[in-house]
Amino acid sequence: MDVLRRRVLILAACAAALLAAPAAAEGDRSITVASTTSTEQSGLFGHLLPRFTARTGIAVKVVALGTGQALDVGRRGDADVVFVHDRAAEESFVREGFATGRQDVMYNDFVVIGPRDDPARARGADVLEALRRIAAARAPFVSRGDRSGTHGAELRSWAEAGLDLAAIRGEWYREIGQGMGPALNTASATNAYLLADRGTWLSFKNRGELAILVEGDRRLFNPYGVMLVNPARHPHVKARDGQAFVDWLVSPEGQGAVSEYRIGGEQLFFPSAGAAGRS
Amino acid sequence: MWDALSAALRLVLRLDGDVLAIAGLSLRVSLLAVACGTLVGVPLGALLAISRMPGRGVLVAVLNGLMGLPAVVVGLVVYLLLSRSGPLGAAGLLFTPTAMVIAQTILVTPLIAALTRQVVEDADRELGEQLRSMRLGRWRRARALAFDARFSLAVVLLAAFGRAVSEVGAVLVVGGNVAGHTRTMTTAISLETQKGDLPLALALGLVLIGIVLAVNAAASLLRHHAMRVYG
Repeated sequence: MDVLRRRVLILAACAAALLAAPAAAEGDRSITVASTTSTEQSGLFGHLLPRFTARTGIAVKVVALGTGQALDVGRRGDADVVFVHDRAAEESFVREGFATGRQDVMYNDFVVIGPRDDPARARGADVLEALRRIAAARAPFVSRGDRSGTHGAELRSWAEAGLDLAAIRGEWYREIGQGMGPALNTASATNAYLLADRGTWLSFKNRGELAILVEGDRRLFNPYGVMLVNPARHPHVKARDGQAFVDWLVSPEGQGAVSEYRIGGEQLFFPSAGAAGRS
Repeated sequence: MWDALSAALRLVLRLDGDVLAIAGLSLRVSLLAVACGTLVGVPLGALLAISRMPGRGVLVAVLNGLMGLPAVVVGLVVYLLLSRSGPLGAAGLLFTPTAMVIAQTILVTPLIAALTRQVVEDADRELGEQLRSMRLGRWRRARALAFDARFSLAVVLLAAFGRAVSEVGAVLVVGGNVAGHTRTMTTAISLETQKGDLPLALALGLVLIGIVLAVNAAASLLRHHAMRVYG
């Protein structure tokens, strides 16, 4: 009896497992968007996507990574649309033929965050001066170190400040190789300085002693661009639905939705489509 | 900590729809992975237990070693296989629950096989002589021993389930933590930690621990029942 009974039991269990298995219940139309942790973790996508899906019936699956990784996902053809923030990297993505074009969507800005009592006296309106002071004081500084757009902006700022990171870095400069949230958590736990995008900072809850020290410097401008992955390169790309997402983002409706998004009354992202937008 | 505990209770009592969906996906993916791993791992382990061939010792050592497969490496390998630019890219499975089941199956199969090997080998020490005298074939003997050790094997499967449902490295890489699609309990906990919402992350963690305990309790009840009925 046992063998038969056991077989039946096993079969039943498998059948149940298979039935219960994710019945791939996504409607017929969905696209995959590779984007950045800043857009996901700031809650922007939670605000935008339901509106887009309601309008078009296209579901959007967002894979949130650093900008560098998100572009790699696009290069491999594992996403239909890439929505990131590193202008230089995006332009080379287009040049390499992985996208047919890039469009401006919005911008926000970076801010220098640090301990409220500011031991390195970095507070002010000049990001370069702030970095020089942090380096001079060898005050703890957390770097993303993950090839993200924010990491790229940080590296550019050190270079612009005339500091050779390779020469001055030491125990005070902590490269963690993780997203914005973990970087903020690390800085909060060690009272360190760091460069963060304002959106993630506003939605971040574990602030501890941290506060914004530098903001408003024009160098801290942080533009986001959107690109459809080139269907000529990756034929399975859902070009029509992906293009619909790109078009919606830069349409008056999409741009309005971007500017509506607020946390605690503060606007996080500023629409910029059409302003010197294409490349 | 108390905040987290009360938040966890509220999440459960309110039957929060998102949390239920995420918990359901975690359960489905991990149970399915354990089911697939069982189909391969138990026969493999049982056969290895009673086979006497040259190089068996090496095989056993390798299998035992594979129990420590790093989840994130498994995730990376499956990612490269399933990526559109990879050998299995045409199937378009990356960032789907199926991809997560594949990764977790690879993760738990060696664990199931290695532990089954030990359990069946122990059973063989007690009953092997008797079965061999009955002139049963290798396959039949392996099956009889595995059946004899079924209650120990149940614990093996629970261990495999525990490994699958608690790992984050593999499901994060191949699933992509897509909201409402491939977000599991562990990737959700990791996300909330990154957002600095530590109480919510901890609350989700407590919910996950509750799920694991519930699965183990159910298995234990089933086992008691089975023991009474079949002795």
